[in-house]
Amino acid sequence: MISLLATRLTSVVLVMLVVSGLSFCVFNFLGDPVNNILGVNATLEQREELRVALGLDQTTIVQFWRFVERAAVGDFGVSYRNRQPVIDLMLVRLPATLELVLTATLTALLIGIPMGIYTALRPKGLLSRIVQLVSLLGISMPQFLIGMLLILIFSVELRWLSAFGRGETVRIGWWTTGLLTVSGLKALIMPTITLAVFQISMIMRLVRGEMLEVFRADFIKFARARGLSDRAVYLTHALRNSLLPVITVVGLQIGSLIAFAIVVEAVFQWPGMGLLILQAIEFADFPVMSAYLAFVGFSFVMINLIVDLTYLLVDPRMRVK
Amino acid sequence: MTWLTGILKDWAASDFAWRFRTSPPVIFATVVFLALIFCAAAADIIAPHNPFDPATLEIMDSRLPPAWLEGGTTKYLLGTDEQGRDILSSIFYGMRISLLVGLAAVLFSVTIGVLLGLAAGYFGGWVDALIMRLGDVQLSFPTIMIAFFIDGVAKIVMPVAMREEMRFYVVILAIGVADWVQFARTVRASTMVERRKDYVAAARISKVSGARIVLTHILPNTIGPVLVLATLGLGVAILTEAILSFLGLGMPPSQPSLGTLIRAGNDLLLSGEWWISLFPGAALVLLVLSVNMVGDWLRDVLNPRLR
Repeated sequence: MISLLATRLTSVVLVMLVVSGLSFCVFNFLGDPVNNILGVNATLEQREELRVALGLDQTTIVQFWRFVERAAVGDFGVSYRNRQPVIDLMLVRLPATLELVLTATLTALLIGIPMGIYTALRPKGLLSRIVQLVSLLGISMPQFLIGMLLILIFSVELRWLSAFGRGETVRIGWWTTGLLTVSGLKALIMPTITLAVFQISMIMRLVRGEMLEVFRADFIKFARARGLSDRAVYLTHALRNSLLPVITVVGLQIGSLIAFAIVVEAVFQWPGMGLLILQAIEFADFPVMSAYLAFVGFSFVMINLIVDLTYLLVDPRMRVK
Repeated sequence: MTWLTGILKDWAASDFAWRFRTSPPVIFATVVFLALIFCAAAADIIAPHNPFDPATLEIMDSRLPPAWLEGGTTKYLLGTDEQGRDILSSIFYGMRISLLVGLAAVLFSVTIGVLLGLAAGYFGGWVDALIMRLGDVQLSFPTIMIAFFIDGVAKIVMPVAMREEMRFYVVILAIGVADWVQFARTVRASTMVERRKDYVAAARISKVSGARIVLTHILPNTIGPVLVLATLGLGVAILTEAILSFLGLGMPPSQPSLGTLIRAGNDLLLSGEWWISLFPGAALVLLVLSVNMVGDWLRDVLNPRLR
């Protein structure tokens, strides 16, 4: 177990090193920190003075180390576009994306797992077949099309839901939440479904596949032979053993949800990190891009680590040795 | 020609052909896929209008609905867009670009993946460690995120004058680089098995050079599973291109892919002109779905272990 932890931590360090290297390249070589601070009209002397003050006359290694030091406390410089500290821009947008990603994950689990169990128990039923067909479509459909269909039906035709924005939000400290107002919750419905459809299909297929596999195992036969009720066999013995891979997949999927949130935020004009990075690319706002890269890298590494550790806690076989 | 009929007869009698004949959904998917390829390839001939020729566009015909709705004409079966371009013709041309980008991107990532996988598997040691650790790092991020970043940075770095015409190659590069790891892993695994076999030892004894052994002796024996993965990768590549284009980072409006067409129609969705974006969207889903079904079937038949 110690060696497993050690390999995991090495890979964390490795990934973070690569990511911060890339992030540094974007910040330092693509962007021009001097122009960033002084603007284009500064004199040569002013520029040289600032170059020394910023340590840009130092070697690349030293500069990289300083970049990492500053990044560690959240200092990614000033946005080219609206001249605000990048970290402030990120913190304003962070709650919107996180609330979207977490509600989507929760929705996917709450719908996907029961549907997976049902289709595994009644593989020949009509409802199971329909669910399976729909899930095939859910896996093949690009998210932006699902979002556009929802907008067409619920915003344009029925006029029930607003097609863009977060609705009213409530401030709690620096965190703004849309979960406490009616319009905020209504605004969350369509983006959440759009983001969750793929996950629902995947979790459903995974749970179904795992359960069908577990049904063939000997311990299920023994459980039946012992005269346990169907309910106990399916829900206690089979389900518990089927859910292990679900943990891994759901954990890793949270990472790709952050990626696909960019698409969903573009469709619904959701004011999160995805829209921020899209605007940053459009306006060549390198400090924001660099910070976003670091954020994404850090969250993915942490998610992977947490998934591995959860596995250790949940699966007793992993703890032996 | 007898050898050709011989090959065809052998093929018709093969297990592979039998499994194809007996699975109707796959026949259907293959037919759809071939039909879509035909539409894309023959767009110049079969498209009812040329969406790139401004002389044929009539501004009076803009935003017409599909033929079966009120206000539509049979001249434009699926309606027209904001500038009066025929949607059906745009879809044919757009599908051609989507397919070309997808195919080129897969070819590119297969090339990188196979070469790196062969090197890692054959030489082992630090070459192997370096390549595979790099792959591990990349795999901890979703493909779309990597393609998104390469594409976004390239878009900014390039001189403005070159941006539009270079888009095609940039998108291919971004998707190709984002997706090489799976090919490298497969090829590495089978190379490590192959290199211990007698025929490789025999080649070595006959003083065949390392590069030649790898490329002419080992490569042909590792390529099978790669072809299956590549078919599945095509669906992913087409979809990734569509997403990039939808976000405004992929193909420009002057060379529109299906994703670009959907992006252009997205703004008009709220005013109720759904056909401008949703018909190209339906074409995209049809294309990806048929590629995926054929790919899944190929995997099941040729190499069930890849599941």
